[in-house]
Amino acid sequence: MTKEISLEHVWVEFGEFTAVQKANLNIAGGEFFSFLGPSGCGKTTLLRCISGFQEPTRGVVKIGGKDMKGVGPNKRPTALIFQNLALFPLRTVADNISFPLEVRGVDKKTRRKRADELLELIALPGQGDKKVSELSGGQKQRVAIARALAVEPDILLLDEPLSALDLKLRQHMRTELRSIQKQVGLTFIYITHDQGEALTMSDRIAVMNKGKIEQIGDGKSIYDHPTTSFVASFVGENNVLDATVLTNDGKMMEIDAGLGTPFKVESHPAGGPALIPGDACQLFIRPEALKITKDENSINQFDSQFVSEEFEGNMRHIVLDAQGKKIKLSLINDGANAIGPNAPVKLGFAPELGIALKPGELASA
Amino acid sequence: MRDLFYDLVRRNGMAVAIYLMLAVSLWVFVLIILPQLTMLDYSFRLNLPPGKIGGPEDIYTIDQYRYFFQGSGSSGGLNTLDISILFKTLLSAVFVTVFDLIICYPVAFILAKSSTGAKARLLVLALIVPYWINEILRAFAFRILFGSTGVINEVGMGLGLFESPVDFIREDVALYAGLAYAYILLMIFPLYNAIESLDRNQIEAAQDMGASWWQVHSKVVIPYAKPGIASGMTMVFMLTSGALAAPQILGGPSNLWFTQLVYQWFNSGGNWPRGSAYAMILLVVCIALVLLTMRIFKVSIGEIKR
Ligand SMILES: Nc1ncnc2c1ncn2[C@@H]1O[C@H](COP(=O)(O)OP(=O)(O)OP(=O)(O)O)[C@@H](O)[C@H]1O
Ligand SMILES: [Mg+2]
Repeated sequence: MTKEISLEHVWVEFGEFTAVQKANLNIAGGEFFSFLGPSGCGKTTLLRCISGFQEPTRGVVKIGGKDMKGVGPNKRPTALIFQNLALFPLRTVADNISFPLEVRGVDKKTRRKRADELLELIALPGQGDKKVSELSGGQKQRVAIARALAVEPDILLLDEPLSALDLKLRQHMRTELRSIQKQVGLTFIYITHDQGEALTMSDRIAVMNKGKIEQIGDGKSIYDHPTTSFVASFVGENNVLDATVLTNDGKMMEIDAGLGTPFKVESHPAGGPALIPGDACQLFIRPEALKITKDENSINQFDSQFVSEEFEGNMRHIVLDAQGKKIKLSLINDGANAIGPNAPVKLGFAPELGIALKPGELASA
Repeated sequence: MRDLFYDLVRRNGMAVAIYLMLAVSLWVFVLIILPQLTMLDYSFRLNLPPGKIGGPEDIYTIDQYRYFFQGSGSSGGLNTLDISILFKTLLSAVFVTVFDLIICYPVAFILAKSSTGAKARLLVLALIVPYWINEILRAFAFRILFGSTGVINEVGMGLGLFESPVDFIREDVALYAGLAYAYILLMIFPLYNAIESLDRNQIEAAQDMGASWWQVHSKVVIPYAKPGIASGMTMVFMLTSGALAAPQILGGPSNLWFTQLVYQWFNSGGNWPRGSAYAMILLVVCIALVLLTMRIFKVSIGEIKR
């Protein structure tokens, strides 16, 4: 059975320090939900609240509608996969996987059978008698997942489980995790500071900064419609321009970024307080949203000068200078020639691709 | 050996390497091998007056060992007195060792896992400080503590727990307490070291998977700390069974510790060969017992070094 999880006004304080503030969210049963945020933003702490290792200072954690206050980690329907996996080095693979059954007093034969089933699931059939130290990083990873699944928990909590793996394996395991989740139909709560991981795997993502949940949404809405400056600058690359609001009719607004003619961008009233004329704001334009234009009359255009180019095969990452501001531009490599040094370049972007937000903290690069 | 030497030379230079090698060899040879060999040699000789040493009567014999088993009677009867003292000593040492383990395991666990760096260091210091006091003084302190007018009897009687003073010395309570206390640090530190290196996440993972408090210890912590437990138990057992001061000072008048027998043969008995034989018997029996126990619990000597 899948169970809904809800956090209601959860605060966690360590003395003076607030690790999590006012976390409010619902995670549906069967969902693949990620927490994304920089190191130290409170992701692990929040996960420990759900698994029962940490009591919130204030607020309620509910699993399947039941308040979990006072319910220990060994009594919750959750299984946690630790940042460092925490496999038992002295036990064999099969004994690791069947540990949850062992502590429940299941007999040896049933345990072994279940372990073999799970080894099948994680594509390591017949490797039950190996020592943990004989496995590769990716295999250990899968054993940790199998161990967590052994007693069929309702919710699997994963704390950056892929961070120790190399890039190739990490990408492979992403697909694998997602397919295991589909297969067993459990709720996965996944923690990561890697946005690629969050975006590729999750149904929904909560972006966190300094203990606060900044935005919750699916990958596309987080990427395309960030509601805070932090989210806009943390998820993906973005150009940031300081600007002033000139007009705002609720649908479109005009803003002056000091780059010639004012820009027209869509307003996103969903994202917090609306901007009114005279407000300072930050304009975010993704490098891939910018286009080189020849048309003198197209909207949202400004002049810049070529500075440098980084060639990445399929993509070209170009750095330009617009009146002293550094602008990044990403182009698909269509075989066009490189832009000459100091050549003038006219850039433009569509109104729906410029995001104007209240000035806020930016993610440090 | 040669590799070790070259490694030392490479790291510390020739002079330091030679010094280290010489110092270690000297240590091992002069302080360990030589005295034991001498004792071994002694134990196979007869107790002769100085004039006859080196004479025709100075031959190798197993007389001294035979005495331990058969006593002076040539009739072949068993020397039950000495044999039972050996067994009682071993049994008591095992008891003290297990007692220390039971006391130290929780302490070591809390030190290693529940306290933070600075606090743990302070606690460790608090444990060590009493050991700056001489062993014999500590034993006498116990004697006073457990004496018929000692604090324990006074408090016990004050609270009405017992009517007349309990003779803790005669009952060997003072002895067990003193021995357990004497070597308790040798149990705590190996345990602490072993548990300290256990990843905290392993404990939490076990809890998360439904293990009870007891199962966390029996299935995760204790198996992991087994080498530390073995090394702590070995040390406490060897030192307890070989202790002399505590049994002399705290032992009941009717109970002898085996080392006291050895001491008597060397000292008042004036029979060094027999004392040596008795010491050898104690050593061999203790080592055999330790090895057997390690065998049973599947700990290898290599693991203990960690
Ligand atoms: N037991 C604790 N006592 C005091 N402070 C703590 C404790 N646990 C965590 N913190 C603090 O809370 C903040 C959040 O920690 P947390 O482990 O949740 O971060 P995280 O988002 O998981 O980071 P990472 O990506 O590096 O794992 C950190 O600043 C950390 O120092
Ligand atoms: Mg973390």
